[in-house]
Amino acid sequence: MRYLPLTDADRREMLSVIGAKSVDDLFRDVPASARLAAKVGGLPDHQGELEVERAFQGLAAKNLSPGTTPFFIGAGAYRHHVPATVDYMIQRGEFLTSYTPYQPEITQGTLQYLFEFQTQVTLLTGMEVANASMYDGSTGTTEAVLMANRVTRRHKALISGGLHPQYRSIIETTAKWEGFTANFSKTDAEGLEDLIASVDRETSCVVVQNPSFFGHVRDFTKLGEACHAAGALLIVVVTEVVSLGLLMPPGEMGADIVVCEGQSIGNGLGFGGPYVGLFATRDKYMRQMPGRLVGETVDADGKRGFVLTLSTREQHIRREKATSNICTNAGLCALAFTVHLTLLGEAGFTRLAELNHARASQLADRIAALPGVAVLNDSFFNEFTVKLPKPAAEVVEALAAKRILGGLPVSRLIPNDPSVENLLLLAATETATDAGMDPLIAGLKEVL
Amino acid sequence: MVQSLDRSQGRAGSVSAGSVNTHGTYTGNRALQLEEPLIFEMGQAGRCGVDLPEPPKAKERLNGLRRKGEIGLPGLSEPQVVQHYTRLSQKNYAIDMGVYPLGSCTMKHNPRINEKVARLPGIGDLHPLQPVSTVQGALELIDSLAHWLKTLTGMPAVAMSPAAGAHGEMCGMMAIAAALEAKGERAKRRTVLAPESAHGTNPATAAALGFVVKPIPANDRGRVDLAALKAALGPDVAAIMLTNPNTCGLFESEIVEISKAVHEAGAYFYCDGANFNAIVGRVRPGDLGIDCMHINLHKTFSTPHGGGGPGAGPVVLSAALAPYAPYPWIVKDGDTWRVAEDGAKVDGLPLGRLKAFHGQMGMFTRALAYIMSHGADGLRQVAEDAVLNANYVMAALKDVMSPAFEGPCMHEALFDDSFLKDTGVSTLDFAKAMIDEGYHPMTMYFPLVVHGAMLIEPTESVAKEDLDQFIGALRSLTAKAKTGTAADDFKAAPLYAPRRRLDETLAARKPILRWKPSNNPPGTDPLKQAAE
Repeated sequence: MRYLPLTDADRREMLSVIGAKSVDDLFRDVPASARLAAKVGGLPDHQGELEVERAFQGLAAKNLSPGTTPFFIGAGAYRHHVPATVDYMIQRGEFLTSYTPYQPEITQGTLQYLFEFQTQVTLLTGMEVANASMYDGSTGTTEAVLMANRVTRRHKALISGGLHPQYRSIIETTAKWEGFTANFSKTDAEGLEDLIASVDRETSCVVVQNPSFFGHVRDFTKLGEACHAAGALLIVVVTEVVSLGLLMPPGEMGADIVVCEGQSIGNGLGFGGPYVGLFATRDKYMRQMPGRLVGETVDADGKRGFVLTLSTREQHIRREKATSNICTNAGLCALAFTVHLTLLGEAGFTRLAELNHARASQLADRIAALPGVAVLNDSFFNEFTVKLPKPAAEVVEALAAKRILGGLPVSRLIPNDPSVENLLLLAATETATDAGMDPLIAGLKEVL
Repeated sequence: MVQSLDRSQGRAGSVSAGSVNTHGTYTGNRALQLEEPLIFEMGQAGRCGVDLPEPPKAKERLNGLRRKGEIGLPGLSEPQVVQHYTRLSQKNYAIDMGVYPLGSCTMKHNPRINEKVARLPGIGDLHPLQPVSTVQGALELIDSLAHWLKTLTGMPAVAMSPAAGAHGEMCGMMAIAAALEAKGERAKRRTVLAPESAHGTNPATAAALGFVVKPIPANDRGRVDLAALKAALGPDVAAIMLTNPNTCGLFESEIVEISKAVHEAGAYFYCDGANFNAIVGRVRPGDLGIDCMHINLHKTFSTPHGGGGPGAGPVVLSAALAPYAPYPWIVKDGDTWRVAEDGAKVDGLPLGRLKAFHGQMGMFTRALAYIMSHGADGLRQVAEDAVLNANYVMAALKDVMSPAFEGPCMHEALFDDSFLKDTGVSTLDFAKAMIDEGYHPMTMYFPLVVHGAMLIEPTESVAKEDLDQFIGALRSLTAKAKTGTAADDFKAAPLYAPRRRLDETLAARKPILRWKPSNNPPGTDPLKQAAE
């Protein structure tokens, strides 16, 4: 077995040092009724690398990969070009096979990139402080609601109908089992929702998404003012972080907590994970944040260095009084994010966002010209909602039969709701080309 | 005030003297140890590490919300970026460099074939919401891993979506809450029992769900005190959360009795499966009577956890809890696979959803590659070698260090700090001295039930000759500490790491959590800030 260095001779010698007759002796604390005399049955034995690789190639061949075909799906996961440098860097063993930086003297590499990551997140979001990442945007959003409940000591969250339906579902699940109230505003495909009148003195937070799940770009400044007047927090969720290259940051709209799905920068689609959640807030709420924080300090020689800090918020110190049960960040995905964003820099990030918007705008013009098809959005970044003359799920299946991945039928995420049955969500990033749009338009003409 | 960088304060023979700062270099670098500024201190306007085309002309539709000011991101070229992160990487210890005996974290070898297959375009470049007809292989992959996990644990169901171990705990405890609710008992069963030695996540999870956490003491053998547990069980108890093998590296030998007592009291048994790597292939937790258990894929199944994540925490469930498993899960209809997502008509009462999409697919792929590489035979050997290595370390050090408990351990060897009594050397000092010997220290001060705990987990990945050198280094440090005159040397360690001991108190007292232009103006000494 190629991963196991011990030889049989080693094992015999080690057993004699231990004073055990056989390895079974070492398992003597296991109740006899639960000891397996031999390997678990019904499973194959070990295989060489060649065989393993072939098995995965076989599985991969059963999938239609977006890189080989016209592709226009977004809905919280976006296909961008990731520079080769990013993947090379995160595969360096010193990053890939290092653990949580518990010993700062020998993990300054991890700690410094997380400190840089935290700084980048504050800059993008227009906020004052950010943590070292969350599992992803979806779980981070729920953690933001829990944090707002702690900060305000209130237990009623108001959730926009423009928030990603699965994010809504996670909040609903958490509310049910952790015991707080979450009021869900109805599905807002048109981007006209106004939640100001619904904020009251019991509201802990309002959760909105920008651009919304349906793609609308909104200014939440007035909503933020209404929240603050009522003593509530405004939580702004961004599922397409590239949009922050072009749009007013949530911090300038008065957001108290900003959560982003950071996948778009540095991280591939990966069939849904692992991704990286960005989590930023105001300095005054720093100690109520979930997740790890890296801080600057000095070493015994006075040199600048970095450490995990403010860990008295966390479960390994506070146990049942912790701000959350989280003990993992998305380290490698955060590294991918920060390497990619460093490559982009101010100029590249802005250009990337402009490219995305221009591509989507081109696509919207071409879609809107199709008979019987209406684009619902006046505003969007790189994703918008289209009303079709027939159920979108059928259209998407018919396009898939032509090897075109032509958007997401909204009904997949909002089932059993006739009002969204004909809605199709389409995204175009910098990877979309005219050559890719042509078959989509032709395909839509055929199947509609 | 001018401050000396020399912390030796002129003491003759001090370990600091002559070691670090007396031979200064112009750059501050020391050969391969390169000082590295922050990206924000390196950037120049006009530099960029990517080449992107001019955007095509198109109508702007941003609702008038175009960003006004600059973001403030630094501009670097690609070679600068490569050098920056390469230099940073060289300030990290890693599994790829040597023994990384961080107990309870299981730093085993991360095979590179796992990385390769996770990056196949037909796996790594798939959108989670593509039509299911276009991702049949991906769904089969998830189901294949699910099958392995169920079979290896002897459990009938598994929830794949939790993003990490603690997230899996949340999932499992929600399933228990859901089962109690279905029985009409959720309101009266408000107590969760957890041993004092439990991971902090256990009480944090239970408390988040509104349970009252009641600690259960350990007996003098490092196991749950069965009599105390039985006394604590009653009609108010929802569940016990028990790690097995436990955080002292010991198998809970009375686990069958524990499970029987818990079920007789009408409660559920949550097993923290963080240490499944010690028993995979030799024990099926399902045979022990548990109701659910999360599996940290990075621990048992070698997925990389670089810098503290990502994780993945699938939860296996008993027949009693399976009906409450969260969305989504994979279903096979004839020859095709589909996904049961929110709103799908299903048997059972799904507790809801914990994460967007379908779970940590990238981690599933790597874990499955590891599992297939080992097979049923190799996985059993993994557990045996991990346990053998830990017991070898224990046997080779028990005469000079102080094992916390008697008898064989499982995958990790736990020592307390009584062997350092009267030496002036603390567990922390001892750990920092290991850094200078070229090792990552073991886990310190955990579990909390042992004074000055040192938890050594070699894993199955370490060769005997490397273990022998590691043991030799620890014996040498132990002998040095016991001279009684070396405390200053230990307190000065590490000397040879990229940084010496860092001031964590300062970091917490005056948190600097982001770079700002004002943090370190050029030419100022960071010590001045420290002295503020």
